[in-house]
Formats: sequence, structure tokens, C-alpha cells
Amino acid sequence: MTSAVVQLKKKDFVSDQDVRWCPGCGDYAILNAMQRIMPELGVPKEKIVFVSGIGCSSRFPYYMNTYGFHTIHGRAPAFATGLKCTNPDLTVWLVTGDGDGLSIGGNHLLHVIRRNVDINILLFNNKIYGLTKGQYSPTSEVGTVTKSTPLGSLDRPLNPLRFALASEATFVARTYDTDLKHMQQVFKAAAAHKGVSFVEILQNCPIFNDGCWTENLAKKVRKDKVLFLEHGKPMVYGADKNRGLKLDGLALEKTSWEGDETPADVFVHDSTVESSVLATLLTEFTDPIPVGIFREVQAQPYDEALINQLDVAKDKSKGQGLAELYRQGANTWTVE
Amino acid sequence: MTTAAPGISRDRVTIRFAGDSGDGMQLTGTQFTTTSAMIGNDVSTFPDFPAEIRAPAGTLPGVSGFQIQFGSVNIRTPGDAPDVLVAMNPAALKVNLHDLPDGATILVNEDSFSESNLKKAGYASNPLEDGTLKAFRVVKQPITTLTREALKEIGIDSGSKDRCKNLFALGVMYWLYDRPLEPTLEWLSTKFKKKPLLVEANHIALKAGFHFADTTEVFTSHYQVPAATHLPAGEYRQVMGNEALALGLTTAAQKAGLPLFYGSYPITPASDVLHHLSQHKHLDVRTFQAEDEMAAVCASIGAAFGGAMAVTGTSGPGVALKAEAIGLAVMIELPLIIVNVQRAGPSTGMPTKTEQADLLQVMFGRNGESPCGVVAPATPGECFTLAIEACRLALTHMVPVFILTDGYLANGAEPWLLPNPDDIPEIKVNFITEGNGPDGVLNGYQHDPETLARPWAIPGTPGLEHRIGGLEKWDVTGHISYDPENHHHMCKLRAEKIERMVVPDAELIGPEEGELLVVSWGGTYGAVLTAAEELRLAGKEITVCHLRYINPFPKNLEATLRKFKKVIVPELNLGQLCMMIRAKFMVDAISYPKVHGRPFQVAELVAKFSEVLSD
Ligand code: SF4
Repeated sequence: MTSAVVQLKKKDFVSDQDVRWCPGCGDYAILNAMQRIMPELGVPKEKIVFVSGIGCSSRFPYYMNTYGFHTIHGRAPAFATGLKCTNPDLTVWLVTGDGDGLSIGGNHLLHVIRRNVDINILLFNNKIYGLTKGQYSPTSEVGTVTKSTPLGSLDRPLNPLRFALASEATFVARTYDTDLKHMQQVFKAAAAHKGVSFVEILQNCPIFNDGCWTENLAKKVRKDKVLFLEHGKPMVYGADKNRGLKLDGLALEKTSWEGDETPADVFVHDSTVESSVLATLLTEFTDPIPVGIFREVQAQPYDEALINQLDVAKDKSKGQGLAELYRQGANTWTVE
Repeated sequence: MTTAAPGISRDRVTIRFAGDSGDGMQLTGTQFTTTSAMIGNDVSTFPDFPAEIRAPAGTLPGVSGFQIQFGSVNIRTPGDAPDVLVAMNPAALKVNLHDLPDGATILVNEDSFSESNLKKAGYASNPLEDGTLKAFRVVKQPITTLTREALKEIGIDSGSKDRCKNLFALGVMYWLYDRPLEPTLEWLSTKFKKKPLLVEANHIALKAGFHFADTTEVFTSHYQVPAATHLPAGEYRQVMGNEALALGLTTAAQKAGLPLFYGSYPITPASDVLHHLSQHKHLDVRTFQAEDEMAAVCASIGAAFGGAMAVTGTSGPGVALKAEAIGLAVMIELPLIIVNVQRAGPSTGMPTKTEQADLLQVMFGRNGESPCGVVAPATPGECFTLAIEACRLALTHMVPVFILTDGYLANGAEPWLLPNPDDIPEIKVNFITEGNGPDGVLNGYQHDPETLARPWAIPGTPGLEHRIGGLEKWDVTGHISYDPENHHHMCKLRAEKIERMVVPDAELIGPEEGELLVVSWGGTYGAVLTAAEELRLAGKEITVCHLRYINPFPKNLEATLRKFKKVIVPELNLGQLCMMIRAKFMVDAISYPKVHGRPFQVAELVAKFSEVLSD
């Protein structure tokens, strides 16, 4: 059933649909990064499915020349779960946003993560509702002034990565729309992870929330305001590589030093520890904002466990079919 | 284990077991049913239990009942009124007394009529002594004391001994209706396999009840209900609606060569479908207990996209939550089965009570024009055949189809002739493996000229990569479209798909034209048929047209409606099918609605039909 092994190119993953995001939208770069890594995954095109909910980000599947399912608001995790349980062979990407994934679909996102369904989740976080023309979202800061909150929003925002970690995500990462290379690295790592992968993508919405990440991501501040996490490497950041994070009691603290030598107390990032406590501590930082892989641990995916149960049941049943099923657990009698 | 004394022969008997929800009345009733079926009686049951798992002991809300009608003739309902009531406590007596006809027999556990229990049941004085029961034949026995006495040698605690009293009562009933003890003895041995003392205690209690009735002559006579002769030859078992439904769904998936995916969230009275299907894993049944009703249906639609026989099951409140997703299934034209085991609503309503008030909900309860197929089984056993039918229709036309059952069918039991799986036809699936458009591209919405089904291109198929979603589609290509003409055309096409379904003509019982036509649907079948039969025997002209297919209606319905002077529609709602018939056919149908949370009684239907006939 698989197509002949031909080296696919980026253009093979570009669909015939015109891309309809607003000019300058961060989603273009994300799409570009995704189309670029596709050929490198070694997965035949027909085995790739993009599933989405509703919102700007959820138009994503239309632009990928793979199988795609643009579903209903918030429920994409459930569709993806059913699909994977039917055909665990598929590589399923789920594209959602801060509104779709954390507001109307919060419950489904929680459960697809805790079940560890073997899918890759991309949550585009622009801290605003774009498609409905600019209302505040569950990640908007308190006081955000929008059409629905002329005096500022009242609710406290949710941190998507903390949500994912609290839901026991086995792979948690963050990247951002203006770094093509970093996005590609993170996407490839997410694809390689067996089980659920959760990736938050910091994304700019130039129309309704322009500059929502510039405080950290503007070119001139980025080096001092972003911490690139690398497994096995000390948590060092800053233009001069002379700042870092160290563990102080139950908290991570900023530290800085003179000279080239990184002090021994700068914390070394280990994304593979079973406990999610340190990863959670990292999510607290907004200055610098950590990006990269926070957590990457192994656990059996739900879809694989489900198929295992079927296999065990088949073995045990020793070829029993429908005729035996009709008698299963019942007294029978014969009418002459 | 029959006694020598000759019995009086009866062709049908109705009995009801009633007690506290901790008294094991459902078990007792089920055992009586199984034994009766196994000796060849036709049976029909009506379990009636409270929504609370354990309401306070001895109170009125805590009463659990189980009614069974068994006979040598065709038994279609659990019976209107019990010939015998077994009441294990004052509350059970009080709740059930008003259903008893004069002259009925009441077996009561005298031990439980203590002052405090009488108070809990709201009796100011003891009904066993104050003349309340003078219209009945009352058999008072100290069942608790007798059970304790019988078990005094057994080394189990007194609580466990007291819990055997239902088997003592069952033993008495087995003597009264001349039933063998062996099926229940064997069942107990299996059930308590790991607890031999409990097996022994229960065996002794059952036998003690039987012998007690035999030797003490508390009943003046006992009865025989011979085996039924109308049942076709073959191997039988007892089946309840929910189990039959599960068996049917698995069968359909096997016949289509697909895995079955069942996404569901626990809800009364549909949960048993999930329980049963989770036992079918060896036949490639994938059950998914979702986080909520929406996730259950969405996961099922995801499975349908992936090429599974996808089913979601729930009751009315769940259907309300699933509505948006079902609309998506309509739009993307994928096969999907939605099981609605109806219960009394609105809102939480009366979860353990039966009703048929979700008909218009499944017909119209979604945004936009979103037609779905609707089938409604008439008996517990028919849940099997109509489950297969629903799957066949969904797969043939690539549409969502509802199976509308109810609490009465779900938990009611009847003898079921085991089908031969080889006799059940295969179901054809519309998978496509190559492009059907110009240059080998996929025309995802190219509709079959006959069935209007679109091709099913599942992920994993090379060359057919495509995108679907809830936005309106161009006919043929399946691309997104906001074209006004196309939208009008597609709405009509989706409706036409349902109309094109090939469904059998409605069953007509009685003359093909005449005075009165009764149009019924779903689980009221047994009661309606029995009532009409009674009237026909009395020389009245009456015909029953029972609908198992509601969307689309059978092709013969309209002509049938026009051949009768009067049309009446009895249903367990406030007139929903009647409204559909009046709207669609402009026939002046009379509604006979009832929402008591219980099935129709034959007598009330007979009375109503007679009234309409003589008007
Ligand atoms: S509204 Fe914002 S997020 Fe949506 S497409 Fe336009 S720029 Fe992008």
C-alpha cells in the first residue's frame, strides 16, 4: 500500500489551496518549517494526517498536501484519538491554538495528553482569538483590552506548558515563529518521540495582537531574553553567554558571571528525568523565556496498548467467531 | 423436582418481585425468567429500578421491582398487572399495591413489617392487619426467620444469611409455578465458584423455600404453565436489548470486514452496550471510554475517517451534547451509527425510566439542514437485526444513522433464536484505492448515481491525500465552497441520500384497509399488538402498522394511511411521530400520548382504541 520510495521534496507537501492567513501572520513561517521537515521524516505522504479544530491555526491542514481533517471547535484531540485507535500506523499531527486547545477544547487536550496517544500536538499561542476578530483568550494577560473586554480582561492566564506537564505529557517543548531553524529542530524531535508530543509555538498575530511576543523575541533583545534549552548542557543565555539559571532550594534562580568559564552551579538541563518538577519550574520563567525541549520521557502510547489488548484477546479466544459470541455467557436451550 | 400434586394449567402468568434495592430482586427476577425460558415458556420482562444505587433501606424510593410475564402462548409484553406480587418489605408493598387487580396473590415477608419499617414506608398502621389488603389473597410468611432457620448450620455471618432470603422466596415461586431448581442451582455454583459456603447457603435457601411451599400448603394449589408451541424450532437464549444491540454491531462490522470502534461515555441506560462490546475485543472491537459525550462521538468520527465501522452510544442528554459533531458527520458524508437508548427527560429527567421523547431530537436536533437515518427496534431481540441494518444503511449511503431504542427494550429480555452468522449477508464498503477524477485525482464528493454515496478514501491510501472538514463542499471535487447554488444543491443532495435508502415496507397486522389504523414505533410494539389482537378477537376492525424505519419512512406508509377511516398514533411522548405524520402526509392522525416513564399497558390501549372505534 505504501508508495514507492522516492525522495520527496518540500513542494510535494504544498497543497493546491491558496494560503489565506493575513499578510505577515506568524502561521506562514510555521507552515514553511513544517513543509520543510516533512521529507526528512521518512514517512510516506499517505501515512501523514493533519487534524485541526477551529480557528486561524486550524486552517493548517488545508495547506498540507497530506491527509487532513478540519474538524469542529476544540475537539480535534478526540478525532485524532479515534483515528489513531483505528490505524496506529499513521503519523498524526494535531494543530490547535490557545482558544481552540485551552478554552473550548481544554478537556479534550487534557485527556489526549494523559492517555499518551501517539500524536504530535502543535499549539499556536498568539494570546488572542483571531478568526472571531480579536477577543481575549485563555493565555491573554490580565488587563488585555479587546472588543469583548473594553476595560481589560479579568481572568488570569493559563500557561500551556504547565497545563501539558500537569496532564503528564511525555514530550513537552516550546519554539517560536521567527526561528525557522529552531522550529524545524523541535518539530523533528516531536515527530521522533513515541507517545504524545506537545509543542507550544509562540506566534505573532499582526492583526489583533501585534507584538505579543516582542518583549522576548524582538531581534535586538532575543539573545538576552531567550534561554535555549539543550539536553545535557548548562542553562546558559545572554549575548555574552554569561548568564544562566541555578537551583536554589526549590526554585530556579538567575545568575551571572564574568569570564568564559561557566560556573559549576549553573543547572544542567536534563529533559529525560521522570519527575516533571524541574520542567515545571522552567515554565515559570518569562525572562528569559526557555525554548526547546522541556521534557522527554518514555511511556507506552495508548493506541499501542489498545492494539496489544486486541492481540491478547484474539490469542485467548482461539479463533472463536460470531457463532460462539452469540452463546458467550448465556444459557441456551433447544426448542424442537 | 416436581411434586406429585397436579397443578392447574395456565396459558400466561404475570408475577412481580419487589423489595429493597439491596434485596436482590433483579437477580431473583432474572433467575425466574431464565428458568422459565429454559423450560420452553415465552417470556417478557420489565425490570424497574431506582436511579439511586442504594437509597436508604426500607424507604419508598429504594424499592426495586422486576416483572415477568411467561406463558405457553405468544408473550409480547411483561404483562399489565401481576397475578402474584412478592413484597419483601412494607415499602415494596406500598409502591406496588396500586398495580394489583382484585384477587391477586401477595406473598409478603412478614418479618420485615416491623414498626420502624412501616414508618419508613409511611404506613400509620400495619396493612397486614388493618384490612388494607382485603381484596387480595395474602400469604404472610416469616421469610427472614425461615431462611435463618434453614441456614443455622452454615458457618457464615448473619448478614450473609439474611441476604439469602430472596432465594427462599424464589424457591416458593418455583413451587407455585412448577419450575425446576436446577438452572438456578447451577448458576449459583458458577457465580460463587470461589465461595463454596455461599453456594451451599444459597442452594439450601432456594430448596428450603420450595419444600416449605410444598409441605405447608400455604398455597391451596399450584400451577402449570406448559411450554410454548409457537416458537420456531432451534437453539435459544435469553437476550436483553442492550446485549442484542452489541452483538448486532459486532456482527455488522465483521460482515463489512471492518474493525468496530465504539466511543462512549457512561450513561444510564446505555452503559451496558459499552460493557458488552468491551467483551468482544477478540473480534476486533475497539471500545473507547471517552472523557465526555463530545469526545465519544468525535473519536468515533475520527475512526470513521480512518476506515472503521464507527459507533457512538448514549441516551438523550448525550445526544444533545453530540449534536454539533453529528452535523459534521453529515457534512463530511462519513458512515456513523449513533445509538440513543432513550430515557425519560427533559434534562436528567428520570434516568432509569423509559420514554420515546427523543424522536424529534434525533430527527431535527442539529444546526442547519442535517438529515440522518433513523431506525427503531421493536423488541429486545430486534436490537440485533436493526443494528446490522443501521450499519448497512450507513455504509451503503455514507451517512449517520440513529438507532433509537429505550430503557424498556434495553433492559427487557425475551427468548432469542440464535442466528446463524453464515446466513447474514456481507456488507459492501465504498473504499476507493485509485483516483476517480481527471488525471487520477480524487473526486472526493463524486456521488454514486444510485446510493448517492461518496467514495471512502482512507488515510494510508497512496495518491488520494485530501482534506475534509465542516465547511460546505463543492459537489464532485469536495473542495471548500461558498457558492449559493451549490449549497442549495448539497443540502438537497444530503436529504436525498436518506430518501434513497432502501428499507422494507412497514409490517401491517390486520386487514389492509378499514376502520382504524394504529401507527406505532419502537418498544410499544408488544403492547400495541396485544391490544389490537384482543380487539380483533372481539370482532373489531383494527390494523397495526408498526414502524421500524422512521427516516426514511417505509414507502408503503402513505398509501396505508389513506386506506383507513381513522389513524391513531400511541407513543410514549407528547405526540412526536403523530406530528411527523400529520406534517408529512396531511393525514388527520389522532395522538395517544403518554409519559409516565413506563411502557403502555395493554388494557389502556384496548380502552383507547375501543373509544376511537366507537366515536
Ligand atoms: S487574525 Fe491573526 S492569527 Fe489569524 S490569520 Fe490573521 S494574523 Fe494570523
